[in-house]
Amino acid sequence: MTKLLEVKGLTAGYGQVRVLHGLDFSLDEGGVTTLLGANGAGKTTTLRAICGMVKAGGEILFEGKNILGKSTEDVARLGVAHIPEGRGTFTRMTTEENLLLGAISRKDQKNVQKDIDKMYDHFPRLKQRRLQQAGTLSGGEQQMLAIARALMLRPRLMLLDEPSFGLAPLVVKEMFEILTALNKEENASMLIVEQNAALALGIADDAYLLETGSIVMSGPAKQIGADENVRRSYLGY
Amino acid sequence: MELLFQQILAGISTGAIYACMALAVVMIYQAIDHLNFAQGEMAMFSTFIAWQLIEKGVPYWLAFLITVVVSFIGGVAIERIVFKPIEHAPVLSHVVIFIALYSVINSMAGFIWDFTVKSFPSPFGSSPLFGSTLISSHQGGMVAVTLGLLLLLYLFFSYTSVGLAMRAAAANPASARLVGIRVSWMTALGWGMAAAIGSIAGMLIAPVVFLEPNMMISILLYGFAGAVLGGLTSPGGAVLGGFAVGVIENLAGTYIPVIGAELKLPIALVVIVVVLVFKPAGLFGRVVVSRV
Repeated sequence: MTKLLEVKGLTAGYGQVRVLHGLDFSLDEGGVTTLLGANGAGKTTTLRAICGMVKAGGEILFEGKNILGKSTEDVARLGVAHIPEGRGTFTRMTTEENLLLGAISRKDQKNVQKDIDKMYDHFPRLKQRRLQQAGTLSGGEQQMLAIARALMLRPRLMLLDEPSFGLAPLVVKEMFEILTALNKEENASMLIVEQNAALALGIADDAYLLETGSIVMSGPAKQIGADENVRRSYLGY
Repeated sequence: MELLFQQILAGISTGAIYACMALAVVMIYQAIDHLNFAQGEMAMFSTFIAWQLIEKGVPYWLAFLITVVVSFIGGVAIERIVFKPIEHAPVLSHVVIFIALYSVINSMAGFIWDFTVKSFPSPFGSSPLFGSTLISSHQGGMVAVTLGLLLLLYLFFSYTSVGLAMRAAAANPASARLVGIRVSWMTALGWGMAAAIGSIAGMLIAPVVFLEPNMMISILLYGFAGAVLGGLTSPGGAVLGGFAVGVIENLAGTYIPVIGAELKLPIALVVIVVVLVFKPAGLFGRVVVSRV
């Protein structure tokens, strides 16, 4: 399998404070990789660095080309759909406008309507809320909308920042089922950052464990999840 | 009753001026989420350009078109040169620059064209409209142009993807970047469009108030009042607000004995304050609902 994303010696920080101290990880085409770690480990910063939202150093190879230093909008145009913390919903706009915006930088505008209908098939609840202001959707619906909006880009890679955050356990379960299905059926590649390690390990192929800006352990998700020591010291379950 | 009707008609005709300006105000608010205090001066400067062209013998409509295009480019240039470098600065820095622009443009116009009052031609003539001396054909034309602009803007923002991208860039720049929108160019485009609309407003207003560097000061205030009354997020509301402010001003001047010409201007301020207290989103503005 070819590497879709390969990160080498990634450093990043905010002002004088360095948050990432040289990360190396990679993601296969069609694969799911998860970054696990506690609050402040640098998970979100890693995603932000890939999207050019923070100053970073090192190398980020996307489909073999270094994208480090590119602007956020250019990275998006390459087919990287980032669902940020807080979901990035356009709250003042309708559900449908949010979906349209997801596809706004695509060249093949004539297929957009077809994709919107497809999203409504995947997420029937969104269809009911079509013309509703997105800010008034429930937390779970907004997360569905965020995923649908990301898919509208027809992304080569999806970056998900804590998709379970603030959602009821049942909704979280439903969402991970949807993500698993998307990965299987659409062959969508995903990099998932999660605090809920059990869930993320269930869907991922590979896992990396982050502690204060460095990777302390990596390997196939199954193996990491089965390791007693890792579970006790890092994952807390 | 006859008097009331006449005063309302006169109010609508002055309201057309405010409506036109309110539309430009809302346009820039949509693009940058701020009010631009230099908006009136930009419109005044554009109008001077048109005046200069007409003086040189350029036919009216050609001068009109050139002015709109030049203003659009000028608006984009102001954004690129002055505001792009401070895009991450706090709101107050922007306000300071707005005020600086205001006085720079005002003095520049005075320097180039001096402060004597000039008359500006109207493409619609100044014959009475519908046999009434209270509304002239020019003012009728102004109402028509304002409504036409409003329709165009509505179509642009609701049905084009550039319009959608502009709205997204203004409402949520971080998310807009994540879907690949070039936010900073959208802002520049918003400036260009606001400057172009402002130039149209200026050229329509100038035949009524005469052209001089300070022509826009009170009009911008009324324009703000109209925009706030109708709602800063609603172009249609802003236009209606502009007309309403014109009518309110006229009726107050006629029926409340204390209010003469001297006290007319504070009415705009009273409208702004009352609206902000009782209906902060304006009469037609979208109340932003969000779950926390």
